[in-house]
Amino acid sequence: MKLALKLAYRNLIGAGLRTWLNVIVLSFSFVIIIWLKGVLMGWDYQAKTDMKQWQIAEGQWWHEAYDPFDPLSIQDSHAELPNTITPLLEEGLTEPMLFVQASIFPEGRMQSVILKGIRPEQQLFRIPSIQLDTISEELPALIGHMMAKSCRLKKGDIVTIRWRDANGTFDARDVVIAGVFASNVPAIENAQVYIPLAELQKMTLLTNQATIISFSDEKLLKDPPTSWLSKDKAFLTKQVDEMIKTKSSGQTVMYIILLFLAMLAIFDTQVLSIFRRQKEIGTYIALGYTRRQVVGLFTIEGSMHAVFAAFVGALYGVPFLSWQAKAGWTMPIDTSEFGMAIAQTLYPMYSLSLVFTTVFIVLLTTAIVSYLPSRKIAKMNPTEALRGKLQ
Amino acid sequence: MKNYILVLFLIYSTILKAQTAEDVLARVDANMTSTNRVLESSMTIQGKRNSRTITSKTYAAGNKQSFTEYLSPASEKGTKMLKLEKQLWVYSPTTDRTIQLSGHMLRQSVMGSDLSYEDMMDDRKLSEMYESKIIGNELLGDRKTLILELTAKVVDVAYYSQKIWVDAERYVPLKQEMYAKGGKLLKQTEMKDVTKVQNRWFPLTVVYKDMLKQGDGTIFKITTIAFNQEIPAFIFTKAALKQ
Repeated sequence: MKLALKLAYRNLIGAGLRTWLNVIVLSFSFVIIIWLKGVLMGWDYQAKTDMKQWQIAEGQWWHEAYDPFDPLSIQDSHAELPNTITPLLEEGLTEPMLFVQASIFPEGRMQSVILKGIRPEQQLFRIPSIQLDTISEELPALIGHMMAKSCRLKKGDIVTIRWRDANGTFDARDVVIAGVFASNVPAIENAQVYIPLAELQKMTLLTNQATIISFSDEKLLKDPPTSWLSKDKAFLTKQVDEMIKTKSSGQTVMYIILLFLAMLAIFDTQVLSIFRRQKEIGTYIALGYTRRQVVGLFTIEGSMHAVFAAFVGALYGVPFLSWQAKAGWTMPIDTSEFGMAIAQTLYPMYSLSLVFTTVFIVLLTTAIVSYLPSRKIAKMNPTEALRGKLQ
Repeated sequence: MKNYILVLFLIYSTILKAQTAEDVLARVDANMTSTNRVLESSMTIQGKRNSRTITSKTYAAGNKQSFTEYLSPASEKGTKMLKLEKQLWVYSPTTDRTIQLSGHMLRQSVMGSDLSYEDMMDDRKLSEMYESKIIGNELLGDRKTLILELTAKVVDVAYYSQKIWVDAERYVPLKQEMYAKGGKLLKQTEMKDVTKVQNRWFPLTVVYKDMLKQGDGTIFKITTIAFNQEIPAFIFTKAALKQ
């Protein structure tokens, strides 16, 4: 085995440029596969972290009628806060929010929005709700930058909001945009206006009521009272998982194409080697090598391309991948229109298992591709091969 | 001469004050509501850039039942709406399907107009929903009007308060302002072309304007109207939608 490895190494180095061309092509596959997988892993981590910090915390209770995909459900999605919530609220372990449908009239254009009541003093989410704790003639409101962009609103602007109270009676009021925040979670920005919870409860005659209750600890989610349904983090981030799964399947096609190109080069090299080195093969057999050993030698030689590629890939891949992990990859299109949690700049994340799995898959594929043409050696007549007769 | 005019004005004012707001509102309700009515109308929605007109024929019985069939334009022709009590069904000929509108859907605008389905459906008498008081009088065009301030006396009203300019002789509202609970003016309607139809005064043109929105409002014009007609009971059934 040691001899086979030594011979394979010498043969490969001896082949010169041909070997290095194969190795470089294969190393691209290594680096690109690891980078693409890293981007997806980074997106997954970033999206879930952003959602946790801005939208879902460690889980939520939803009012049983609440369906985020059905705006018509919002009208009836509220109930009195359970008594068990009060002590948790004082400790900052939970955060209730009330949702009400409303219309906003920026520059006389009517747009449907969801008015979200949030406690200004809350610290569970990164939403800068403290900006709502201000004294002004108009009601202070907070909006996301996507909402600000679509409605052409900025901090300090005054805009009219119209809503209906619990009895269906219209009410309207001017609000002042107390702040515009930027998150990577469109679900908390699009068509949403945040105002102090107590004010919204008063305005809609829904005293002490909420639509969702978020928790800082998963353990607190257990045993929701009647009218409330528990939604854990896995459920709330399902959309991200599904998106990553879809993207991952799409990327697999790219990995296959990349590997196919590299393998084609290795296959060609192997076929050419066996064709051109028939005398060498005959000599090995004349020196006492079994046919199996010669097949093994050529397979090792082919597979060694992958080992070389791993090293060459590491030479330029490690600095490139490390730089990417720090600088990130800024997507060329506006991600705010994706409708789901995604940052404009994605920071790839690489794990040891990702690197080892990629190396293993490429090595295994190279070994198979190297073995396939080598099987021909087993059928060769050694004397003919020694004479250099083409077989 | 000046004194003569002053005396006449004082007499007129005294006569007006003698009437209670409830009386005025009851007479407005008597003019504006009926056992049933059949009318053909056009609704012109004046947007920021363009305007479009939709014509329809409506059968209404009291404030509980109504049936409307859209006659033009071609894109809306054949669309029918049926209101029974608090429920509303809309039939679309393009899909040949009937859908029921409920909850928040009723608060959406009717075909992009300044009217919501709920506005169209809420035919309750003003005197049933509001406390009223006369707060003044004003000349609107050449018509003398009494200004009534209405404040909701029931909870399930869309507009908490209204200001209504009632023709002092014909007892027909000529202008109406609808206010939010907080006092913000939300909608304004102007009634024109007041005509005597079957012994009652009735405005044949109403201009609705959402005061928070840009645009020139929606003009609702009645081309023919007949009160207290014989309407077959079949009209107010879901089966009539697909006829």
